[in-house]
Order: sequence, then structure tokens, then C-alpha cells
Amino acid sequence: MLGSFAVLRKQSLLGDAISHAALPGIAISFLITGAKDSHTLLLGALVSGLIGTFWIRGIITKTHLKSDTALGLILSLFFGFGMLLLTFIQKQPNANQAGLDKYLFGQAATLVESDVWMMAIVTGICLFVLLLFWKEFKILLFDKDYAKTLGFNTKLIDILITSFIVLAIVLGLQTVGVVLMSAMLLAPAAAARQWTNSLATMVVLAAIFGAFSGVFGTAISASQNNLSTGPVIVLVAAVFVLISFIFSPSRGLLFKQIRFIKNRRDLELHKTLAFMYHIAESHADITHPHEIKILNGFQGYTKGTLKKLVEKNYVTLKGSTWSLTNEGFESALNLYNQLSKNDE
Amino acid sequence: MKQNIAVQVDDLTVAYNYKPVLWDIDLEIPEGVLMAIVGPNGAGKSTLIKSILGILKPIAGSVRIYGKSYEKQRSLVAYVPQKGSVDWDFPTTALDVVTMGTYGSLGWIKRPRQKQKKAALEALEKVGMLAFKSRQISQLSGGQQQRIFLARALVQDAAIYFMDEPFQGVDATTEIAIINILKELRKAGKTVIVVHHDLQTVPEYFDWVTFLNVKKIATGPVRDIFNDDNLTKTYGINYKVSIQE
Repeated sequence: MLGSFAVLRKQSLLGDAISHAALPGIAISFLITGAKDSHTLLLGALVSGLIGTFWIRGIITKTHLKSDTALGLILSLFFGFGMLLLTFIQKQPNANQAGLDKYLFGQAATLVESDVWMMAIVTGICLFVLLLFWKEFKILLFDKDYAKTLGFNTKLIDILITSFIVLAIVLGLQTVGVVLMSAMLLAPAAAARQWTNSLATMVVLAAIFGAFSGVFGTAISASQNNLSTGPVIVLVAAVFVLISFIFSPSRGLLFKQIRFIKNRRDLELHKTLAFMYHIAESHADITHPHEIKILNGFQGYTKGTLKKLVEKNYVTLKGSTWSLTNEGFESALNLYNQLSKNDE
Repeated sequence: MKQNIAVQVDDLTVAYNYKPVLWDIDLEIPEGVLMAIVGPNGAGKSTLIKSILGILKPIAGSVRIYGKSYEKQRSLVAYVPQKGSVDWDFPTTALDVVTMGTYGSLGWIKRPRQKQKKAALEALEKVGMLAFKSRQISQLSGGQQQRIFLARALVQDAAIYFMDEPFQGVDATTEIAIINILKELRKAGKTVIVVHHDLQTVPEYFDWVTFLNVKKIATGPVRDIFNDDNLTKTYGINYKVSIQE
């Protein structure tokens, strides 16, 4: 859901950076508290995720670096630091350490009821804020400078959106893990973008895709032994993306190709008919037969088009000759008039 | 003749990094003029508009809109950004974009209602785009997109309009449509300030002009100051423009 905003801001990699940036937070909060309950750890993740995000923003605004450079820098820096801390923790004689690496790839099995409740509540809050500031979010995404001239505090809206993206990512960490979280954020949004041209529909669709990937993914991983849930969920989401890329009616590859071919065929047909029309025109009797051979010099002409023209009853064939029917002549005349009208 | 000053700029200096983009700009724009800002690339034309509108933070200087600070007079000012500044593949419709013009008067949280939608539809009609109201914005031509932007500013019903290259990349029909709307705005007593590139059309379209190249070269009525001398000073080369009388 919130992924829609990340995708539309062309900040898709931000999710990746945030989730990686959350890792040291998890490790540090474990080191400090020694606790292993997910709430404490996720709080640490939230804090370090936010720090990472605002560093990225700082780097982008204060230096000449491009945003992808800043993202990559922070991502690897935080992730490296997090891994360092993790190995450090693993060397410690502490029986509690065992669960931490779960956050790398996530494990839905570690979720307990209170985690699920927390997710539900935070999702509810996100939804509420989203509905409340819908208009503000939309205008910021589309045209930031303009939003500023209208008197909106764009920085505030920006921080609000970013914070919620961070929150959503941190919550997903437990299930999908640091490495794959960004896919969970972006895949449903990317898939949803293919199906709709309305922001509202896109956000709803993304939420549905996300939820379905979660449910299917969990179901598949539960029915097969020992398949870890996170990767399966991400794969299901990826399937959604793939299907959307290929089959979406307006933006999908398949229909684009079909439309392209159909258009080409139609044009070929029209052109051939027009060519025949010009030949037929020179005779007093329009249905006068002509050799098929003369058509061979014409680019768009194929046996297929001729067959189609016969099917449409525009042309009749007799031996090696063709002749235009009255119907075909009129249709060609209409086309001709239409074309010259469009030219005006 | 004593005219109200719509926009007053004093000592405005703006810099990106080390290099000043605008240097000590003093500018008075009288109410009710249709003014072109002309100058070579990198002269700071867009920067001037953005600084007046508070999008960019100047290093020094002040801007007054009808004698008061811009923050207080925001509702009097509308802005048409450069068309290329937004992502036109954004999932939204023409009507939706135009409705954004009402967001400022709505303020936070409140949603556009019937009244705002009606205003947006009227603006779409003014720019001749009513038939395209439900069209996805990526499926509009460059000229149509520009008209949508113009409609969005019209909805704001402002006193002063700032436009950043509204004629860039539009066809002749759209250009005429836009200039007609601008002239109508002037007739209604509004002040319109346009970043403009095509020097040939300045005398035909505008009655006021500002020459800008980091510093202000000249500002005043087109018939008085739009001459080879100022053009040469602004563009550095011997630029000759024939002015049809």
C-alpha cells in the first residue's frame, strides 16, 4: 500500500536501504536490553531505519551525490555495520542470541499473536493517516514545488510519508526479513500500477496484491516442508508482477503486441484495398478482372490479405485474376474519403 | 498615472553553491501588466520566479506582493511550473490535476467537494480541454498538458500569475489559445508574469518586459525598452529583432 508512494516517487530503492538500515538497530537494541521479544527489537529497527532515511535525505540535499549513490552508500554502510554486530553477538556466550539472524531472511513462524495485533493496529493507523492526508500526499507526489506555492508544508508531508514507509518496512522485517523486504514493498505497487491509471485504485490494488501474496505464500510454505515463508511470499508477489506486466490490458506487453499486430494488419488490408481501388478506378467497369501478378509489386500485399479481402466479400477471385466487388469499391471509397478528411 | 505595484523585489540575490544565479535584483512589476522575462539560458529566469514564490531560498533580498510578505499574500498568487518538472505518467486524470488548484484554499485535510469540482470544470472549459477531463494525463499531448497546468492556475483565481515557459514545446494552436487566455487575464486586471524564450513574439504578446542575465538589465514597457541595445546587453551578441509596427 505504502509502496505505491515509494514507486511513484521513483524512490523504489529507498525501501531496500531502509530495511538494510534497520539491521544494526535490531542488533544494538539486543545488545542493550538483552531482550529477544520482537517489540523491543523492532523499535530499535525503527530508530535506525529512520536515522538511515534521514541521512540519505541529508546526503542528497547537502551534497552533489545522486540519490542512488546516497542510497547505496547508506544501505551498505548500515548493513555492514549490522552484520558486524550480528557476528559479534553470535560469538557471545548468550543463549538468547539464536533468533537474531531470523531477521535477515525473516521467519513468519516466529510471529506470535501480539505481533499480529501490532501489525493490524499499525496498518490501521497507516490507513487512517493515508485517508486523512490523501490530498496532501497526492499533490506532493505529483508536483512538490506547486504544493509549496499553495502553502502546504511540503517538508512535513514528506517526513510523514517517509516515516510511514519506514514503519511499514520495519513491521514486515519479521516476516520477510531485511534482504527481501523491499520486494514486498514494491512488487505489489509495481503490479498494481499496470492495471490502473488512478492513484486510489492503485493503492487499493497494491494492498490486495500484498495481502494475497502473504496468504498464498504462507499457505504454500506451510504445505511444503521447510520452505521458508518470506522468500515464498516474495516469489508469489513476483508472479503477480509478471502476470501484470504481461496481461494488463492497457500497459501489458501482450495486449500492446496484439494491438500492434492488429493495427498493422488493418493498415495492410486498407492499403491493399486502396491500391486495388486505384487500379479498378481506371476502368469504366469497376469489377473488371485484373491479374493477381500486378499486386506483387505492392509492399503491403500478401496472400493473407487477399484471402481476408475475399472473406470480407470485397474481392472475388477467378483463376489468376481478381476483381473488386461493388461492396469493396464503396468501402475503399469510404476509406479514401476518411483519410483525406483526416489530413485536413 | 499612478499604478499599484503588484510585485516588488529588492536586492534579491540567489546562488546555487558558489556561483550567484541572480545578483542584486531590484524589480517593480506594476499591477495589470502582461510581462515577459527574457534572457539567455542560465540567466536565472526560472530562478527569479521560484525565489519570488518561496520555492527557492534567496541568500539576500526581499519580495513584497502588494506591499506585504509573500507568505501573507499567498492566496493572491498562482504558479504554472515548467511542464517538464513533473512526471506525466502519474496515475491521475486531467480533472484531478486541475482540481489541485483548489487545494490551497481548502487547506489541510479538507477534501474537494462539488464547488471545487465545478470550478475545475469551468477552468478546463476555459482552456478548451473539457472533453479531456477524464483522460489519463500521460495520454495528453504536450500542448494539452500545458493547458491543464494553465487551467490549474486559473482555478486558483489569483491576482498575480507566474508562468514558467508556458509556450515551450506546444503547437501553434495551443500557443494562440494560451496567449488569448493571458490577454483575457490582463483585461480582467490581473498581473501576468511569463518566462519567455521566443523574442520574436515579445512585442506581439506582451506589454511589459524584463531583461535578465544574472543581473537585471532593464525593465519597462515593451515599446520603450524592447530594442537592440537591451537585447545586445542581455544576450551579449548583436541581436537584431525587427519590430513590426
